[in-house]
Amino acid sequence: MTFDPTIAAIRFGEGLSPELGKPQSVGAMLQLLNEDDVVTRSFPIPTFSSIRPEMYEVARHQRAYRKGRDGANADQLQRELKRARRLFNGRLMQSFPATLSRSIVSPDGFRERLVRFWADHFTVVGKTSLTRLAVPSYIEEAIRPQLTGHFEDLLISAVTHPMMLAYLDQVNSVGPNSKVGQRGDRGLNENLARELLELHTLGVDAVYSQVDVRELAELLTGLSFRLNKGPVFRQDFAEPGVEVILGEEFGADLREREPIHEALRFLARREETANHIARKLAVHFTSDEPDAALVSDLASVFRETRGHLPSIYQALLEHPASWRSYGSKVKPPFDYVVSSLRALSLRSATLHQLKRKKLQALFLSPLASMGQPWSQSPGPDGWPESGAAWITPQGLAARLQWAMSAPSAIFRGLPDPRVFLETTLGPQVTTALSFAAKAAESRREGVGLILASNAFQRR
Amino acid sequence: MKNPNRRGVLSGLGVIGCSIAANPLMTPMTLASVPSDNRLVVIVLRGAMDGLDVIRPVGDPLLKTLRPKLAAMVLGEGHAIDPFYRLNPALSDLVPLWKQGELAFAQAVSTPYRDKRSHFDGQDLLEAGTGMDVPLGLAREGWLNRLLQSVPHATSRTAFAVGREEMRLLSGRAPYSSWSPDGRLDLSPQARLLLDQMYHDDPLFRDASLEAMEIAESLGVASEDSFAQGRQEMRAQVKNQIKAGQASLLADFAAKRLREDARIAAFSISGWDTHQRQERGIRRALGQLSRAILTLKKELGPDWEKTAVLAVTEFGRTARENGTLGTDHGTASTLIAAGGAIRGGKVYGDWPGLDEVSLYDRRDLMPTRDIRAYLGWAMHSLFGVGSTVLESSIFPSLELGSNPKIIS
Repeated sequence: MTFDPTIAAIRFGEGLSPELGKPQSVGAMLQLLNEDDVVTRSFPIPTFSSIRPEMYEVARHQRAYRKGRDGANADQLQRELKRARRLFNGRLMQSFPATLSRSIVSPDGFRERLVRFWADHFTVVGKTSLTRLAVPSYIEEAIRPQLTGHFEDLLISAVTHPMMLAYLDQVNSVGPNSKVGQRGDRGLNENLARELLELHTLGVDAVYSQVDVRELAELLTGLSFRLNKGPVFRQDFAEPGVEVILGEEFGADLREREPIHEALRFLARREETANHIARKLAVHFTSDEPDAALVSDLASVFRETRGHLPSIYQALLEHPASWRSYGSKVKPPFDYVVSSLRALSLRSATLHQLKRKKLQALFLSPLASMGQPWSQSPGPDGWPESGAAWITPQGLAARLQWAMSAPSAIFRGLPDPRVFLETTLGPQVTTALSFAAKAAESRREGVGLILASNAFQRR
Repeated sequence: MKNPNRRGVLSGLGVIGCSIAANPLMTPMTLASVPSDNRLVVIVLRGAMDGLDVIRPVGDPLLKTLRPKLAAMVLGEGHAIDPFYRLNPALSDLVPLWKQGELAFAQAVSTPYRDKRSHFDGQDLLEAGTGMDVPLGLAREGWLNRLLQSVPHATSRTAFAVGREEMRLLSGRAPYSSWSPDGRLDLSPQARLLLDQMYHDDPLFRDASLEAMEIAESLGVASEDSFAQGRQEMRAQVKNQIKAGQASLLADFAAKRLREDARIAAFSISGWDTHQRQERGIRRALGQLSRAILTLKKELGPDWEKTAVLAVTEFGRTARENGTLGTDHGTASTLIAAGGAIRGGKVYGDWPGLDEVSLYDRRDLMPTRDIRAYLGWAMHSLFGVGSTVLESSIFPSLELGSNPKIIS
């Protein structure tokens, strides 16, 4: 079996929409990826660099309040801090409806899926009140613009980004023999180096040792970030000398970013990395037990093209195995919610008018109950892939609750279930499902049942 | 829950009591006989807890050498539980338990996992309960599930996985229950019927929905109105959802089930990955654990006497502090045991020492005993599981060794 428009829209996109067409060919899907990324203009999300000055502003208020907490101006300082925080968080919170809108209206669902795939591969979580809501801004800056280049550029972009440096504790990691390290009160932190080998490049099954982790951690020293300046390279943190990673030497006495980038390119070009990424893509898009030929074909394209991402996507979309085993994947909660909203044609204007409390009640809380709180991955390995991880009794109950209650809480009128079934699942409709659509006691229950169906939750 | 994707692959292990893997539909209301009156709560501490910072070996002079800054900040702090160890002050609320003999520790324990120090593989192995000889991807049944398989009269309500996170240590072919404290299910009888038909040929959805309906009903959080959760209730639900992430709420839910028919409960507490500014991070995580234990004690009432709470982590952290006031991934850690059934007021296990040659890989606390030996002997004492079953089925290839007798 090869390309099918409905499967393309559901399995490799954000699902069907009664208003938007389906992809017509692999070529058309790849062409869209090459074109201008229009939804970023319709639904802007600020990049991390663009919000950094505001972040600094909030941090300044925090410091001022901490200093003056016991003074005469304490009340005023606190008010100012609260105001700065509210403005900042309010602005960042807009990234949530913007992300939903992109997925709901984009003709290029494949792009949104790729953004989420890579954002998950390079997971970050904001660990402080300042960065808690900044994950979409990281994705906008470090991931989204790198979708159609080479893997190694995406790798460098994500791994050296301030959010990643902060999340995996790189910002304060100091080489033992660096200028600062020699003072003896600060030193190395292995966190980013280990996850870089284990998660971002080689994969945990590859052969590497604690020594490789250590040497890479030493090489990464110097990568840092300052709120008032942005990304900085701290010469005084950088470990001088040569580091040996998987037998290859990197670095020199005077450190800059270049040897780090070299090492990242070296890791990106390793065979283990090609296999690791190939498998992850195949698992994400096709099956938890992916076709072996698909994985090895993706890996060879990765190797032959030095990780040229569009070539790998093309290989994925053209592979017969990608079109078999339809339905073996379960949509994660976010994908489940956006594909429902896409099927219901939620207007962006409606979505963007919703106040924070409503966004919380209609989407954010339900997503958390389904097991996928927005922007809060459980760890640097990202969200689970297997359907069994999501379709637990409590996870499925949360989906059913949402499917029944959210549509009528959002929309005044709901479509006729029989029509809705056609536009939502097309030829993928089962007999039991079309019976359910007819037999439901009310319109809203019919719509709820269609969204609750396994057919709609699978892809 | 019967979980088709996690169906056991350790088929050569001689599973006992296969017949209990009956249709979960049959079980909930009919169960009268429970396997034992004892209770076991397993808390998985995700992120690698630093055992050396839970009970601090202040009696070892090398602690100050290896952790000059971390130790300087805390030396002399916290309750001295014996001449050698001081308790992290974040656990101060548990001192009365220690004094009453309801709190114990086993020092320098680990799973067989070594060297790669990956959280995710480490947790998989901890929950699978297997050795390194079983390929990680293949060990799909958790050891608590294999315990269920060996306990006579176990039903799908005998064990509860609590929270939203997947608890692999309970997954496997023996049915068990899985629910989150914020869970609800409102479905009209008609909608249920239609869902049953739709899910009929899809075991993943079918089993999960049957389970969900049953559990929600048995907990009184179900109604027959598909739209009971209108706009107003959706807002009210926000509060429940936010609270449901707290460890004390998970413990509260677990305790309620254990007062009913459940005998085994498991949930997770995360936040142990303290690479940076460890004192702050571990204080927060230990606070969660402490509140969870105290909630269990309070809510279990008289049943606390028959309860063992075992808190386990995937591995420990480096003996030395790192350069950012934290510690990196290590090997041996500490088992925390609480409950009226625990022979407490004691630190179990051999102290390996902190001099460089005594450290694992010259960096981590050396494991002196397999954590599974403590877990196994605890199950032996609580549920009468024989050593052959423990060594061949629940923890395959484990050598149990002598009974440390942590259960009174």
